[in-house]
Amino acid sequence: MSTRPTSALKVSAGGASSRSVSPWHLLLAPLALAFALPLVWLLLSSVMTNAEINRFPPALWPDSIDLGGYRYVLGNAMFPRWFANSLIVASVAVVSNLLLGSLGGYAFARMRFAGSRVLLGLMLATMVIPFQLTMIPTFLVMKWLGLIDTLGALIVPSLVTPFAVFLFRQFFLTLPREIEEAAWIDGCSRLRVLFSIVMPLARPALATVAVLTFLTTWNDLSWPLIAINHDTQYTLQLGLTTFQGQHHARWSAVMAGNVITVLPVLVAFLLAQKTFVQSLTSSGLKG
Amino acid sequence: MTSLPRAITLAPQSQPRAPAASRRGARRRARREKATAWAFIAPSVLVILGLGIVPVVWSLLLSFRADDLVTPGRWVGLDNYRALAQDPNFHTAVGNTLLYSALFVPLSLLGGLALALALNRRIRFIGLYRTLLFIPFVVSAAAQGVLFSFILDPEFGAANSLLHKFGVSPQGFLTDPDQAIYLLVLISLWSGVGFCVVVYLAALQDVPRELVEAARIDGAGRWRVLRHITLPALTPVTVFLLLWQLITALQVFDLVYVTTKGGPLGSTTVIVYFVWQQAFQMFTAGYGAAAAYVLALAMLVAGVALRVVRRRQGRVVEGAFR
Repeated sequence: MSTRPTSALKVSAGGASSRSVSPWHLLLAPLALAFALPLVWLLLSSVMTNAEINRFPPALWPDSIDLGGYRYVLGNAMFPRWFANSLIVASVAVVSNLLLGSLGGYAFARMRFAGSRVLLGLMLATMVIPFQLTMIPTFLVMKWLGLIDTLGALIVPSLVTPFAVFLFRQFFLTLPREIEEAAWIDGCSRLRVLFSIVMPLARPALATVAVLTFLTTWNDLSWPLIAINHDTQYTLQLGLTTFQGQHHARWSAVMAGNVITVLPVLVAFLLAQKTFVQSLTSSGLKG
Repeated sequence: MTSLPRAITLAPQSQPRAPAASRRGARRRARREKATAWAFIAPSVLVILGLGIVPVVWSLLLSFRADDLVTPGRWVGLDNYRALAQDPNFHTAVGNTLLYSALFVPLSLLGGLALALALNRRIRFIGLYRTLLFIPFVVSAAAQGVLFSFILDPEFGAANSLLHKFGVSPQGFLTDPDQAIYLLVLISLWSGVGFCVVVYLAALQDVPRELVEAARIDGAGRWRVLRHITLPALTPVTVFLLLWQLITALQVFDLVYVTTKGGPLGSTTVIVYFVWQQAFQMFTAGYGAAAAYVLALAMLVAGVALRVVRRRQGRVVEGAFR
């Protein structure tokens, strides 16, 4: 590791100089460690043997790395299937939010049509509606569409969110019109203007929507819990919780499954830390 | 994640550009433009309004019915709400939700602010510290729940193992009705503080440097700078976080479902858990919808109250950012 880890949260601030060892380390190092500890324990327990976990008091450090838990989870159980389900649902949601969100956002930002203000207002209003209020009728709609107990029930409600439409609209409003105008007046269709001129400029908005959509769809538990009954259609989150209930004695396998569940968002976060943090701070604060 | 309430800003009306073409051409063009616009927004309108606005009305109608989601229901008027007012289980759920929120919201804000102030400096490994404090935020509630059920397992858990080393007798943790909800708050803080830290850190960048320097020159100590310059500058962000964390807290469900399933002895049954139980376990969907409406109303009241406070301060959250 380099001397100064690059961080998304680079901050220019006064305070202690970086030359001498700052007394702040005495406060921050133990705190950071305490926050990391549960996740370290997650990793450690996933490579322990059941004997190590089941003795009292349980071991706090594995004697050797035992991959039995991982082998069990990947071999016998439904985990690979649940992983695939989660991946399908999350990828479709990401792609379609980028596509439909930018289409909607572009229309609201650049095109004139009757009722656009009312529609935009209504869409924004849905952002403050708590999920609990809509979950029962959404279940009924999905049942009516015959999608209950299929991945479709998970995919359809996450196809496009008001957040994506709104974020794209806000972003497009910040772009100078002149760039598009020339092409548009030359007879370029709106669709072509959007995809060949506007979208390449919208990378920050695309990244933000992609990151947040992935995080929310991958991590969701409540809706799969309601919409899915059969374990072949489970997402990873739902699968993990039922797996825990059924395999109480196999904690190392449960923890191995947990590692597999957490890993994709963790990797995504570490790879795109900057975008992640920016999108989280900006999603709620700017607009 | 919950989506946020946000100020509604509408696009400036674009000026109609009159091309050199004839009026008929312009009209045809406008019609085509309108059709294109509708084609662009149709999927969003269908999904967002179809699964957003429609269910809100539907839910309201459901809350006036006795309905099990299978057989045709029956109109019962306000009976569901009357029953809720007398249901001891619902009272418990409301009480638990309020207790959870009353602990989680202020603690996460205070903790977030304190950590952000500590992390707002240029020292070695600061990026690493920030990353470590933030990482739990991206861990799903399901994964958190499974992990902490294991750590806090009375028999096999590392927590009791650790306490054993310090000579403390084994605890029941999530199986103890007196401890469960406080532990849920702690777990939520572990994962939720990082978000407040990140938002506060971003806001700290916008505290006017000149003001701080001027105060320093005038002999203000660290504490007075914090009290009179930094904190007032952070107020809009604090109000925003208060609202966000409150909404998050009122909607807590996943963690409860995975760890305690509302138990032991109903000590962690929160409102959303109650709604879910009524609708999808007991099949009294109308009753569940009524409970959901009570929750939504509470959130609306909280949101409006905070908006009024915010307006009184004469600031807008957005104003604090760029």
